[in-house]
Amino acid sequence: MSEPLFSKQTLPGRDDITRHVYANGVTLLTRPNFSSPAVVVRGYLPVGAVSNPTEKLGLAAFVASCLMTGTSQHDFRSLNDLIESLGASLSFSAGVLSTNFAGQCLLEDLPTLLALITEVLSQPTFPERQANRLRAQILTALDIQAQNTADQADETFDKLFYAAHPYALPGNGTPQSIRAITLDNLKNFHANYFSPLELVISVVGGVKPDDAIRMVDNTLGAWQKTASQQQPELPPFTPPAKSLRGHVALKAKSQTDLIVGTLAPATMGEEFNIASLGNNILGVFGMMGRIGENVREKSGLAYYAQSVLSNGLGPVPWQVVAGVNPDNLGRAIDLILDELRRFTSEPVSEEELDDSRTQMIGRLPLSFETNSATAQALLNLERYKLDFDYYRDLPDILAKITPQQILEVARHYWQLDRLVITSSGRAL
Amino acid sequence: MSKTAELFLYTLDNGLRVILKPIHTAPIATNWVWYNVGSRNEFPGKTGLSHWVEHMQFKGTSQRTASDMDHAIARLGGMWNAFTSNDFTTYLETLPANSLHLALEIEADRMRNSLFDPSEVETERTVILSEREGSENEPRWLLSEAVNRLAYKHHPYAHEVIGERADLIALTREDLFNHYQHHYHPGNALLCVAGDIEPEPTIDLIRSLFGSIQAPLNQPAQPESESELPDFQRVELSGPGETTYLQVAYRAPQANHADFFAFTILDSLLAGPSSLNMFGCGSVSNRTSRLYLNLVETEYAVALAGGLNASIDPNTYDLYLTLHPTRQVQDLLERLDDQLNQVRSGQITQAELDKAVKQSRALFAYGSDNITNQGFWLGYANVFANYNWFTSYVDRLASVTIEDVIRVANHYLDPNHRVIGIYHPEQE
Repeated sequence: MSEPLFSKQTLPGRDDITRHVYANGVTLLTRPNFSSPAVVVRGYLPVGAVSNPTEKLGLAAFVASCLMTGTSQHDFRSLNDLIESLGASLSFSAGVLSTNFAGQCLLEDLPTLLALITEVLSQPTFPERQANRLRAQILTALDIQAQNTADQADETFDKLFYAAHPYALPGNGTPQSIRAITLDNLKNFHANYFSPLELVISVVGGVKPDDAIRMVDNTLGAWQKTASQQQPELPPFTPPAKSLRGHVALKAKSQTDLIVGTLAPATMGEEFNIASLGNNILGVFGMMGRIGENVREKSGLAYYAQSVLSNGLGPVPWQVVAGVNPDNLGRAIDLILDELRRFTSEPVSEEELDDSRTQMIGRLPLSFETNSATAQALLNLERYKLDFDYYRDLPDILAKITPQQILEVARHYWQLDRLVITSSGRAL
Repeated sequence: MSKTAELFLYTLDNGLRVILKPIHTAPIATNWVWYNVGSRNEFPGKTGLSHWVEHMQFKGTSQRTASDMDHAIARLGGMWNAFTSNDFTTYLETLPANSLHLALEIEADRMRNSLFDPSEVETERTVILSEREGSENEPRWLLSEAVNRLAYKHHPYAHEVIGERADLIALTREDLFNHYQHHYHPGNALLCVAGDIEPEPTIDLIRSLFGSIQAPLNQPAQPESESELPDFQRVELSGPGETTYLQVAYRAPQANHADFFAFTILDSLLAGPSSLNMFGCGSVSNRTSRLYLNLVETEYAVALAGGLNASIDPNTYDLYLTLHPTRQVQDLLERLDDQLNQVRSGQITQAELDKAVKQSRALFAYGSDNITNQGFWLGYANVFANYNWFTSYVDRLASVTIEDVIRVANHYLDPNHRVIGIYHPEQE
């Protein structure tokens, strides 16, 4: 290993991250960046799509979409006028396990933004007219999704890969389930699941930690409510015992989107950084790693062809994805399988390992270039229960990984007789 | 050398213009080289040249192979990329500041020494066709291409940057190499560095690397601008799906035209604020814009966006609308015209203007925490004006009056000079 390209002290760490837990269960993480005149706020509550009733798929996402349509103190127009007049932003979305929020404002407007986040999370009114308007928007978004080759390949992957597991279900719902959701469903879901307990918020920008603690104390820290229902525990997941193939035919599509995937190691578990380094070699480094080199650079088959190691608390996939001309689909799959065979049968070279390791370490300062990236990184520390010096320790963790370890992890997770391959585009 | 409050400006003897901006907030630097060439400099039968040349710039020079360049950047944890637009092609690297020399060496090398190996040209032909096919999968892209073709009689802005499919099949290695030789030289370039640098050693390094590159005396042909849109035209497409999209295009002034800033305010109050940031540094929603409140809130449309581009020549101002499933196209168009007529007749408030200015100020602040984005800012405004255009942007917006906006709305939003594009879903 050559000398480090930067000081680890430029990365977030124990000495510049402040964590504060409030009496109502809210956790704040904050890191100042006094070179910035703005502040980014990110956060999550532990309620997401896994709490959707089976016949009401999309409920958590629908609730999140409705939050900005009115509160007990502001109607749709005055609420959004307040945000937009500040040049600020505030949005809510639902993932599989959490409802997430993201906001940004000038430093002077941070108290207002935090007050609005609190008001929107604690006192939404779900106006009927707005809910019905959003329903039409969601249905249109589902129509668009139904014609999108990448979305269809992805949805089909989830169905085949997760089978009976809740992750197989579409988090955004189906046209039938969205039409079936009532106003009472929306209100009850919020009443039952939303509370400050286990809410995590990160604040990054030109604000002092003590000021951030005080501002959150006056807002989210003062929210008093107990949720009557807890998000259900995820059932255990067993990946498919044999290879599965799915294709969704769509008319008038010039390109076919392709996914070849398997189960990823648990995010931030012992094997995660080994897989992450291996994934960088497989389909990230330089122009999309070995996959990009073979499928795009040498064969000219795709504009994009890369591997993606997903993050998440539940069972998440490790995938190779590509967009190819329909005539080249079979050849692209063959080339990807060739690379996976190589990845699982021989150790990566020392040169490849050193290149990728150096890249991942060298990229760390860039990863924290923006307030929003740092705010997200702080949330990840809390979500995955990582040590606050995790990012500073990462270079040493990566330095110890060997080609043999990567081979073992690759062999364990990429079992080539148990792959799920999905695509969407012209009929096969 | 000249110096402003924060910038160091130089012009080398061979014509290369250089802007340096020291920013010492993080140990990284970003390097951008801008060439005054884009699809604006292409003609029928040869469309797509600039974008394809950009791809070939990653394929190696007489000094460095493709992987030499790619791996050297990646090993440092750096990122590099390039973008081709109507008016420019730009190349960037962001990397540890103490490795800036690598970025400069690569850019000096590929300014004149790229190989354009014939076999690489052929491989890249299919990659670019694949890139175009990915865009063709999107109905909105197809609609935009059709509207653009009608928005100009002869100006190259009529063509998509990626080029016509027939041209991409027919272009030769010689076409590409001639385009490269003609446009890639110091006299047609601007080099911008922002980040953790000191001006003197940086300009010395730039002089040593670029100073000996000769600039040919050619002057690229300039297209004749079109300040008026042809008479009213309508284009209708159809395809699978259940969603109807509309795009309405009006003529818009070029970025250095006196009307551009009033038009920016007009766009903001009609369709919400646009950001000049390139790297997702934040946005502001458009839920309280006039068209959102009167088209989306009232359920004539489910989504809307406005598009005003800062460009060298007069461009188009586009309104993108997704029809509400319960409405007819004509209903939406009439409703849209009602709203535009209100603006034209002077129903505008100072509060709307003040909001637009505050939003622009905030978006500027969001972009300033990203060094890569600051490098982008340095060069972008120079494509069509100079850096002062950028630094005075918010102040010039603040000086726009209600009368300016009314005058601009009446001049440009002319229902008799617009292109209406409609994408209809085909009934199964």
